[in-house]
Amino acid sequence: MKHNQQGTPRKYGMVIDLDKCTGCGSCMVACMSENNVPFKKDETDKLKSITWMRVYKLTNGKPFPDTEVCYLPRPCMHCEGDHGHSPCVSVCPATATDYDHTSGIVSQIYTRCFGCRYCMAACPYHARYFNWFDPVWPDGMKEALSPNVSVRMRGVVEKCSFCYHRYQLAMEKAYVEERDTLEEDEYQTACTQACPSGAIIFGDLNNPDHAVHQIVQPDPAHHGRPKNPNAFRLLERLGTNPKVYYMSSREWVRKSGDNYLATEKPGTPETH
Amino acid sequence: MKIDRRSFLTLLAGGAVGTALSPLPIKLMDDISIWSQNFRGTPIEVPVPERGPASYVDSVCTLCPGGCGISVRKIGDRAVKIEGKPGHPVNDGGVCALGLSGLQLLYGPWRVAGPKKKENGRWKKISWDRALSEIAEKLNELREAGKADAIAGIARTGRGTVARLMQRLLAAAGSPHFFPVPTNEDAYTDAVARMFGKPGTVGFDFENSGYVLSFAAGLLDGWGSPVRMFSAHSQWKTNGIKMVQVESRLSSTAAKADQWVAVKPGTEADLALGLAHVILRDNLNAGAAANSRAFDSFEALVKKDYTPARVAAATGVKESVIVALAKEFAAASHPVAVCGRGDGQTPCDSREVMAVTALNALVGSVNRQGGMIIGPEPDYIQWARPVLDDTAQKGLAKGPKTLAGLLAGKTPDVQALFVLEANPAYTLHDAPKVKAALEAVPLVVSLSSFMDETSALADYILPLPTCLERTEDVVVTAGLKTPMIGLTQPVVEPRLDTRHPGDVILDLAKAMGGTVAGSFAWSDYQNCLEETFGLVYGKLAAEGYLQKSVLETLIDTAVAVGRVDFSPVVEADKKARQNAPALVLAAYDAMRIAGGAIATPPYAMKIVPDTILKKNDLYVEINPETAQKAGLADGKAAVVETPAGKAQVRVRVTHEVAPGMVAMPRGFGHTAYDDYVSGKGVNVNDLIGPVPDPVSGLDTAWGAPAKLTKA
Repeated sequence: MKHNQQGTPRKYGMVIDLDKCTGCGSCMVACMSENNVPFKKDETDKLKSITWMRVYKLTNGKPFPDTEVCYLPRPCMHCEGDHGHSPCVSVCPATATDYDHTSGIVSQIYTRCFGCRYCMAACPYHARYFNWFDPVWPDGMKEALSPNVSVRMRGVVEKCSFCYHRYQLAMEKAYVEERDTLEEDEYQTACTQACPSGAIIFGDLNNPDHAVHQIVQPDPAHHGRPKNPNAFRLLERLGTNPKVYYMSSREWVRKSGDNYLATEKPGTPETH
Repeated sequence: MKIDRRSFLTLLAGGAVGTALSPLPIKLMDDISIWSQNFRGTPIEVPVPERGPASYVDSVCTLCPGGCGISVRKIGDRAVKIEGKPGHPVNDGGVCALGLSGLQLLYGPWRVAGPKKKENGRWKKISWDRALSEIAEKLNELREAGKADAIAGIARTGRGTVARLMQRLLAAAGSPHFFPVPTNEDAYTDAVARMFGKPGTVGFDFENSGYVLSFAAGLLDGWGSPVRMFSAHSQWKTNGIKMVQVESRLSSTAAKADQWVAVKPGTEADLALGLAHVILRDNLNAGAAANSRAFDSFEALVKKDYTPARVAAATGVKESVIVALAKEFAAASHPVAVCGRGDGQTPCDSREVMAVTALNALVGSVNRQGGMIIGPEPDYIQWARPVLDDTAQKGLAKGPKTLAGLLAGKTPDVQALFVLEANPAYTLHDAPKVKAALEAVPLVVSLSSFMDETSALADYILPLPTCLERTEDVVVTAGLKTPMIGLTQPVVEPRLDTRHPGDVILDLAKAMGGTVAGSFAWSDYQNCLEETFGLVYGKLAAEGYLQKSVLETLIDTAVAVGRVDFSPVVEADKKARQNAPALVLAAYDAMRIAGGAIATPPYAMKIVPDTILKKNDLYVEINPETAQKAGLADGKAAVVETPAGKAQVRVRVTHEVAPGMVAMPRGFGHTAYDDYVSGKGVNVNDLIGPVPDPVSGLDTAWGAPAKLTKA
């Protein structure tokens, strides 16, 4: 069960088409509703607002009327780093976050976490959130909680899990049916499923039959760097080796994916 | 070897340093964390959701007019997640942020738990029978006093069996005053009736369009059926179809468009007529519409008043851009032009709708693949006429008045008002005045699931199950190429002491007795619903929707469009042309904010960016040029003042909005509902006064002249 049809370990990843993303926020709410994310009466302080999936708004900074904006959804990047040494996994003193080599998913085990927040400091994508408050559901609202995802307590860190429970359910089903393989549509994240624009595509980056692999064309010689010229990863040159890819036909968008000099072309490796 | 004090201490220190440098502490920490992870007695309790068998129930979402098919995941008898229904003709699996938050509306404490009556300003519980008999008694009193036409109803929509039952109840009682909340669809229907001689619903075949020219329609900001628009947009991107957005603000739609044409606020119609000028001047349409009625007067109008130079001055768009746009539009295969400010829930003025429709007519994009489709009203409800007694006949003979007319004055003409899943106290323009008028009405009955602004000031609240708890037919027009009828299914058992709105109306009719009761022959609503659909009900219930092939057996087939008549366009231009004020407060819509009768649920509130709402302060967007004139810096508090009122806001200085405009989001400033949405920001409808269109008569206000000063 550890391997896909090709005999290589699974490596789940995502590609988000920023040309199609309209910034509507469906992915964010789908994620919250799927994963029992709590909500407060005031969520306008975004440093204290838990959104595993968050849509950022980028701008080209040009004056009216040449202004352009682009929306960029940001789940956890599930960085592979070098052989599973993702930034957060490397610093966790409690094995509360781990890199799963069979699926490529970076886990978060809430009961192990004691809230030191090293991982939050280490994550360059701000993908991790700390529970500053007790989760409170108004009367009746606990009815809508899903039993597939544990509710988190105050004092622990949480983040996007690529809907790992959906992976578990799909694997369980495959196991019962005595299958060794998962079909592409058997395991999809809640945000992918909800996106009304079809901008999010999810699948096994190691499986050439999956759309993500075909779109991104990851280069195994360079830590999965995309061969597709319109595809890019956030902060590629940090070497975090993230598994979330983005696509944009606009150069300024691709350029805002990393800290490039004004004269540099996006996608160029760092030369120092 | 002798262990002296010195070597003892050296060993101790060395041991400590050695241990610290070894992996031991980190390993121990790991092991302790893993070993202790299941310790009981954690001081913080979190709920552990109950397990149970998982299942899915399909239904239709009614939170907006879009009519998406949904598939609700259940664990036991609890609904835990709303998902889009794969394969549904409207949304094929996609779902919007509001739809996804639907369970919060179902389970939230903002529901009304049972029927209530207001006594001396305080809510008292009341039984259903008592409430209905009291209301029936008051209605009968009005009838006996010859004031049957003083009964009125406002409804979210005029379509579907429930709305029609309400209309029937009013008619049977003797009142013609049934008011569905108008939207841009009504503006389109009115324009089409004038220009093509036949009323109809207007849809757009966007999936097959080859060029999309949108005049401020928020195609990706909630216009029409939002999920369908998102997938159409993705198709355009994949197929390289150009989309042009004409708008004064860089909305999400403008941001996704291939070209954003930033016009001066309120000059979209000028640009449309300017494009018509270029098309006719250069004969770009090969004389396609030349044999239309009153074509000469239209041609004379655009040739004289809408030269590129004049239009450039009016709209702020360069002449070269105007000419290029006209050429592209006319040369494209299957081009389409569309209008409908923001999410299209506010009617556009007649001049704009007709100018944009004229553009379609000029290039032959009416009732053609990829174009604007005029279809028949999906009227499948064929009931026998209600029984009218003398009182009813006299009441109906008095002729209809407008809602604004009925509510005007210190003692309004309306004596009893039913509000069916609408929220006029929040959504109507100049909302404070509407509130005052509603308070002056002696009897206001709110049929609603929620404690909204209108329920809060009503005399009776008759609580309804939400769309996830009841069966009801939903007519979906929402800009679809062909209208569709969906059927909601009870996903969960009704949670509270609610009653289906159809049954409320039937029971009320029974309580009124006489010919009113006689007009409703059905035993209950379900019986009425099944009889209305007859043989196709089984198919509707099984599949959840009826598409065109089945619809054709119920309603007329396509409307045959005759020759276009351009004289209404000329007339509208004469009557409705006006100069934009120097600074205008304009409302905008966004997908993350519910701007209508239903307030934004907590999850959707959570994704509202902090550039729009911070604590309880609402940010309005202004151009740096506007900011400089007003002496305001980014983030500063300011006061917006319009003829209708004033409000304290903060300003966000941004290049995403044209100069001369103060852009305020619609959907904030709720006073009812709950702490998750109430008291946050300002209701833009409080600041915008109604502007009745001189041609269509609809309230077409989209903004108001404004003053912006430092707070």
